[in-house]
Amino acid sequence: MVQIIDPLLIAALALNFVTLGTSRIRAAIHAVALQGILLGLLPLFIHPHIGLRGILLVLGTFVLKGFVVPAFLVHAMREVEIQHEVTPFINYISSLLLGALGTGMALVFAHTLPLADEHTGLLIVPASLSMVWTGFLMLTTRRKAIMQVLGYLLLENGIFLFGLLLLEAMPFLVEIGVLLDLFTLVFVMGIIIHHISREFSSMSTDHLSELKE
Amino acid sequence: MLLFLLAIATLLLGGGAAYLYRSSAKAATWVGAGTAVLGSVFGLVSAFQALAHGGTDGLRLAWSIPLGSFYIEIDPLTAFFMVPLFVLAPLAALYGGNYLYAYKEKKSLGPPWFLYNLLIAAIAMVFVARNGILFLMAWEIMALSAYFLVCFEHEKESVRKAGWAYLVASHIAFALLIVAFVLLGRGAGTLDFDQFPNAFSSRSIGWATGNTIWILAIIGFGLKAGFVPLHVWLPEAHPAAPSHVSAVMSGILIKTGLYGLLRLLTFDRTPAPWVGLTLAGLGLLTAFLGIAMALQQRDIKRVLAYSSIENMGLIAFSMGLGLWGMAQRLPEVALLGMTGALLHIWNHALMKGLLFLSAGSILHGTGTKDMERLGGLLRLMPFTGSTMILGSVALAALPPLNGFVSKWLMYMSLMKYSMATETAGSLMAHFGVGLLALIGGLSVVTFVRLTGIVLLGAPRDKTVTHVHESSKWMTGPMQLLALLCLVIAVIPQRTAGLFGGVLQQMIGWEGMHSSPEWEWPSASLEIAGAINAWTLLAVLTLAAVLWVRTRRFVGPQASTWGCGYVRPTVRMQYTGRSFVEMIAEHLLPRFLRPRTRREAPRGLFPAGKADFESQSPDPVDQKVYAPFFCYWADRFSRLRILQQGKVHVYLLYIMFTVVLALAWASIRTWFWGVS
Repeated sequence: MVQIIDPLLIAALALNFVTLGTSRIRAAIHAVALQGILLGLLPLFIHPHIGLRGILLVLGTFVLKGFVVPAFLVHAMREVEIQHEVTPFINYISSLLLGALGTGMALVFAHTLPLADEHTGLLIVPASLSMVWTGFLMLTTRRKAIMQVLGYLLLENGIFLFGLLLLEAMPFLVEIGVLLDLFTLVFVMGIIIHHISREFSSMSTDHLSELKE
Repeated sequence: MLLFLLAIATLLLGGGAAYLYRSSAKAATWVGAGTAVLGSVFGLVSAFQALAHGGTDGLRLAWSIPLGSFYIEIDPLTAFFMVPLFVLAPLAALYGGNYLYAYKEKKSLGPPWFLYNLLIAAIAMVFVARNGILFLMAWEIMALSAYFLVCFEHEKESVRKAGWAYLVASHIAFALLIVAFVLLGRGAGTLDFDQFPNAFSSRSIGWATGNTIWILAIIGFGLKAGFVPLHVWLPEAHPAAPSHVSAVMSGILIKTGLYGLLRLLTFDRTPAPWVGLTLAGLGLLTAFLGIAMALQQRDIKRVLAYSSIENMGLIAFSMGLGLWGMAQRLPEVALLGMTGALLHIWNHALMKGLLFLSAGSILHGTGTKDMERLGGLLRLMPFTGSTMILGSVALAALPPLNGFVSKWLMYMSLMKYSMATETAGSLMAHFGVGLLALIGGLSVVTFVRLTGIVLLGAPRDKTVTHVHESSKWMTGPMQLLALLCLVIAVIPQRTAGLFGGVLQQMIGWEGMHSSPEWEWPSASLEIAGAINAWTLLAVLTLAAVLWVRTRRFVGPQASTWGCGYVRPTVRMQYTGRSFVEMIAEHLLPRFLRPRTRREAPRGLFPAGKADFESQSPDPVDQKVYAPFFCYWADRFSRLRILQQGKVHVYLLYIMFTVVLALAWASIRTWFWGVS
């Protein structure tokens, strides 16, 4: 199965860089959606005999990560009429370099992490670490709330991928993880975007610092 | 068990429905209060069945939460605690329906009803839970729903502060209980309660672990129960909540702490002797400090909250005495002490519920709970006033009411102990009798002051106008509670007869139940009941005679506390403060006395202004917690640099932490190999 999993993961990793390198929000949304679709398919290949519960899980992730969340984001983007992230805290070239550095570090770290034996050879662990790293990069360096939501989704994807290792041992935890996705969706959309656009008539989280004590 | 599940389902569904109907105050009130009453009736029936027939009834379902199982059971101890819950909760709900309705313009009534029903269901779940996870979940839901109820009037800053204090205290307790359950679970290999007794008896929970668990439980559950010095949240939170919630909190919620201790006792049937002594000592300290502070408060509900602390102290003392009796193999002492504690739990639920409802009725009718502004309310609010007097007599532990009976059992237990032992123990017991009597005396003064200042005399503040008696929905539940108090007072032996199963769970050692000394303390109870009955008869006769005589006699009317002055004014009355001046300023130990600041008038013809101010801050809060927290708050204020108010920076902190943790994990394996 490794010959299918690894190409999928590499494609997902490449999408990380697309998200990091683009300033067009629509492109970033599409990249994250595609990554979500790839990840949603993964459980089928990792655990060939997953049963009905697993199939439902795959279906849920696939629809949620690949279609529902991106549709929401596109809708939000139209609503607030923002197309570009113009001035991130760190420019695109540097972001890409940092992302590459993080992915490299993830590959190095993953080999020395204290993991179960059957997990050490896989690309899953470094890929998930790299996704978490990219997610954090997006979260900390982008000004627009929508870009931050995308960063959060990348982070989520990383966590989901890591959780897949536990799918057989603790399916419950993975399912809770999917629920978390749904929850953050509602949360992020409802609170951040709605409030920011209404109270400050802009979509930048910079203005949240006005709430500082 | 089916009835109990039905009760929980009714409460939860009703609460949810009340929330959905939140746009209409009327619908939310009817649905919320109605289902609270209905659910409580189901619960009460199931509790009484279990209590009267003995035996246990359990239900165990698998649960996908790690280490958790949905394991509930109704045994005598559970049923014993469910009875006061399901008696007080519906009455408080009926009352609350009317009480909260006054807020309908300002607030939505859906959420408070949802939370009220949730709170009742959560307390019931705490009592029936037989799995550590389930217990802790119910415990947390209980604490949180109570927190939101306390914060009902969150627009007031004092209420927000009170809620905060309660939340912090609850979570400290919660943290300690988690540790206690982890220790229990590690010893027993599971978190199901039915394995814990084996773990204790087979020594897989050893001496040290057992004692650690007891220490954690006494602090953790003691925080909930308001033991001194862990009580400071209680006099803040209870007065801040709406009155029917205060009644449930003081009547039942804080008793979950006692329930926890008693439940632990069913796991560890032979705790170390220090447990009993500690509880007894802590109880006396709590009772004394509680009543000494209650004496000085001017907010009616604060008086009651401090009085709750006193009563929790008395119950803890009695429990401790029972445990000490067990440790010393003195069946009579153990039985009297435990029965006294159990009876006082029921009594206190009823009478404190009654008094909080009365206080709420006064607040509802006058708009204030400051006793220095009230006065002469007995005339204006006859129903509230009369039930309040009954409740006060009960709380002052005077015959002919129920508080007297449980206090009597405590005295009897102490006396039996002093007779059974020699020298030091006997001396301590006599000392304890003295202290108990002192506490009793102070509580009499407290409640004479409360009723005397609020109900008698003349109104002290002209601005308190439009005083009106509350509706039947509010006075009815109060009268019912007063009636229940009287019933327990007159037939205490019948009431305590229901406790047989609980006492067997609590007390016992090898061969004890066959020993001739294992005998119900019925004699003591009957004497107390007889004293109550005769006193009641005497009071009723006296009242009848007075009523007949005064009806014929019409004399001149003069104001109360008039002292024969020609032109008395209301300012000549005793104030709440002056009433206890001697006791508060001269009798109490110095650290409990009120802080006063006076500027006396000077000269024969004083011209300058004179001034007097008096405050009664909580000594523990003032001397211990405030300096401690101020010190650390000051130190920690330097960390403000970290608070940049930018989401990005906060996320950066998280990122650094994650990267560092990962790096540490992998570098460790790098250097030291796979661990």
